[in-house]
Amino acid sequence: MSEPRHRLMDFVREEIMPHRFCSGCGCGTVLNAFTNAVEGIGLDSAKMVCVSGIGCSSWIPSPYFKSDTLHTTHGRPIAFATGVKVMRPDLTVVVIAGDGDVAGIGGNHLIHAARRNIDLSVFMVNNMIYGMTGGQVAPTTPAGVKTTTTPHRNVEPAFKVADLVVAAGASYVARWTTYHVFPLLESMQNAMSRKGFSFIEIMSQCPENYGRRIGLRTGIDFLRQFKEKAIRVDKARGMTEEELEDRIVIGKLCDVERPEYVTELQKVTAEQVDLLRAEKEKVD
Amino acid sequence: MYASLLERHRRGCKLIEITENLCKGCEICIEFCPLKVFEKSDKLNRKGYYLPVVTDEDQCVGCRLCELLCPEFAIIITNE
Amino acid sequence: MALDENKRQYISQRGGKTYFMLGDEACAYGAIYAGCDFFAGYPITPASEVAELIAEELPKAGGICIQMEDELASMAAIIGAAWTGARSMTATSGPGFSLMQENIGYGIMTETPCVIVNVQRSGPSTGQATKPAQGDVLQARWGTHGDHNIIALAPNSAQECFDLVQECFELADTYRTPVILLMDGEVGHIRESVVMPELSAVKHTSRKIAERTEDVFGGQELIPGMIHYGEGMNVHVTGSTHLASGMRDVTTPHVHDELIKRIYSKIDSNRENIVRVETDLNPDGKARVGVISYGASARPARGAVKLARAKGKNVDFLRLITIWPFAKKQVAEFSKELDIILVPEMNLGQMSREIERFVDSDVVTVPRIGGVPHSVDEIYRVIMGVV
Repeated sequence: MSEPRHRLMDFVREEIMPHRFCSGCGCGTVLNAFTNAVEGIGLDSAKMVCVSGIGCSSWIPSPYFKSDTLHTTHGRPIAFATGVKVMRPDLTVVVIAGDGDVAGIGGNHLIHAARRNIDLSVFMVNNMIYGMTGGQVAPTTPAGVKTTTTPHRNVEPAFKVADLVVAAGASYVARWTTYHVFPLLESMQNAMSRKGFSFIEIMSQCPENYGRRIGLRTGIDFLRQFKEKAIRVDKARGMTEEELEDRIVIGKLCDVERPEYVTELQKVTAEQVDLLRAEKEKVD
Repeated sequence: MYASLLERHRRGCKLIEITENLCKGCEICIEFCPLKVFEKSDKLNRKGYYLPVVTDEDQCVGCRLCELLCPEFAIIITNE
Repeated sequence: MALDENKRQYISQRGGKTYFMLGDEACAYGAIYAGCDFFAGYPITPASEVAELIAEELPKAGGICIQMEDELASMAAIIGAAWTGARSMTATSGPGFSLMQENIGYGIMTETPCVIVNVQRSGPSTGQATKPAQGDVLQARWGTHGDHNIIALAPNSAQECFDLVQECFELADTYRTPVILLMDGEVGHIRESVVMPELSAVKHTSRKIAERTEDVFGGQELIPGMIHYGEGMNVHVTGSTHLASGMRDVTTPHVHDELIKRIYSKIDSNRENIVRVETDLNPDGKARVGVISYGASARPARGAVKLARAKGKNVDFLRLITIWPFAKKQVAEFSKELDIILVPEMNLGQMSREIERFVDSDVVTVPRIGGVPHSVDEIYRVIMGVV
């Protein structure tokens, strides 16, 4: 008996499926939501470029999503994507990478891309750990947690990355978890179909290299926790920082219209080309 | 959302398919199906993962949560 | 790559004249002549003037110049742009060049054509930030990790900054690799006449395009064609070891072996097509002393050779225009009758070691650090001491 074929296999490199993510890993769910989102808004994957860095979640677009892909150095996918978008603004450029990539080593590129409001969609898969390298502390690891490089306990507070991106000036920012898949996919659709810098922080699970250190052995354990800890942004607004200490604020954090970087750059170029022409006509 | 689910339910005719060789036995579908349509089976796939089994397809309202939560593209829900 | 309408317009309005300008500025104009579509950079002395002039002029030629948050990002952005089909460039100096190394390696591994200008300054670290040096010769060769090959050219005048940056773009597209224009603070800040030719004199090579995605990183070709983004060809570009299709395979020994050897040999086996030197042999022949230099150091070196000849001494002179791949055949040939080769360079002896590997003559470094170039007299005295 031949096996049934999922319709979304059209959007992935089917010949290398099943993917290599561990059982219960959130990366597969993000890939699922992402392909659903692309299908849902009718994006032509031939007009997409997916950029990623180094880490488990960078494998979501590279090699699994079937489009032009740029699998870059650790921390730099947003900078690479900037070069692509500036020269081909007609293409939908999406960055999918992890918290280590986007908020750790590459944090500076993130805040500057948000400040410029360049039309990129950045989907940061936040599993709160350096998973691929074996479970070292990340800037997103909660305080108190034992990791391989904080064997006694982590003394640093975790980075609230989405809040940072709001402050840096992005057009659209949201935070969801791999449990909240329906709003996540809708949010991805919004991010990819609007102009300007869009950022979604996706709280995700790493049962292998994070979960087993904090007593969450399986993907299910994580999703239960995401479900329990999640609080809608509108409800969270009236709460104190202490009350929100151990919660995950989910929902749309910002949605504003601002001048887009590449559009503005193109205006400058068009003006300068015209000025040079005018100069020539004056001489003639 | 519930209204639309009920609407789907009224339309009936769901088909749940599991691509056995994609499944990695994470059991997320079993745990999070709102109507508990799945159950763990004692059947292993080629990779040695215990597969979920559909116990009561009629219970399914076709909400597709399992299809979307599945990290493996291993569940296909067809709503007629 | 054929020049687009805006660039043709620009060149036809600016070309066919002689200008007085900085080496850095000549480099920027040369890039526009080469059809540069995209520049990304970060301010650094003594390379800022390249970015400033490009920022002023490139939009007039229809291109885009952006300032990134650092040099890592600049290097990343020009590689991203190159995959859309753009000719792209960045410019920096030693500290920024160090920051770019990881992504230069990425450019080499992904066979991405792009140009990196390094206007060398005195180091290590901040060193004498505003002073010229030639301390990055070996960094240009071995700065990024892993086995690789590189192309680097060293201009010694403002005119050559203009000419060689264009050659860098041509080499980058021909060999599908990052190419370095290894200037130095002296050449970057020299102000000289530069002839900018007419549009009709500008020639460009087109980038080779592959027909199938499966051949973008190998196949039967030593130098495969590219497929640019947006063509619906699902091109997969990765810095990890990959098959000809671009798909990662980081565990099979022969895949890595074949990929790295091919990337290495596409430059190595074309050494004679790439390498350019300029020789000025003693008119009377019979020289037993030779001088080899490059970049700004070649100017006082040549002056000293002329002076020595005026005093009746027999001295040969060779200037390396191509720094990497090393001109081993030309240098070996040059050295045949020589007992001693003097190598004036603005470091403690980097190129002299490479020269030593390929000649039987004694090689003596004429080092100069401290931010002041060699004087003619200084090199002349060394020549007179050994003749």
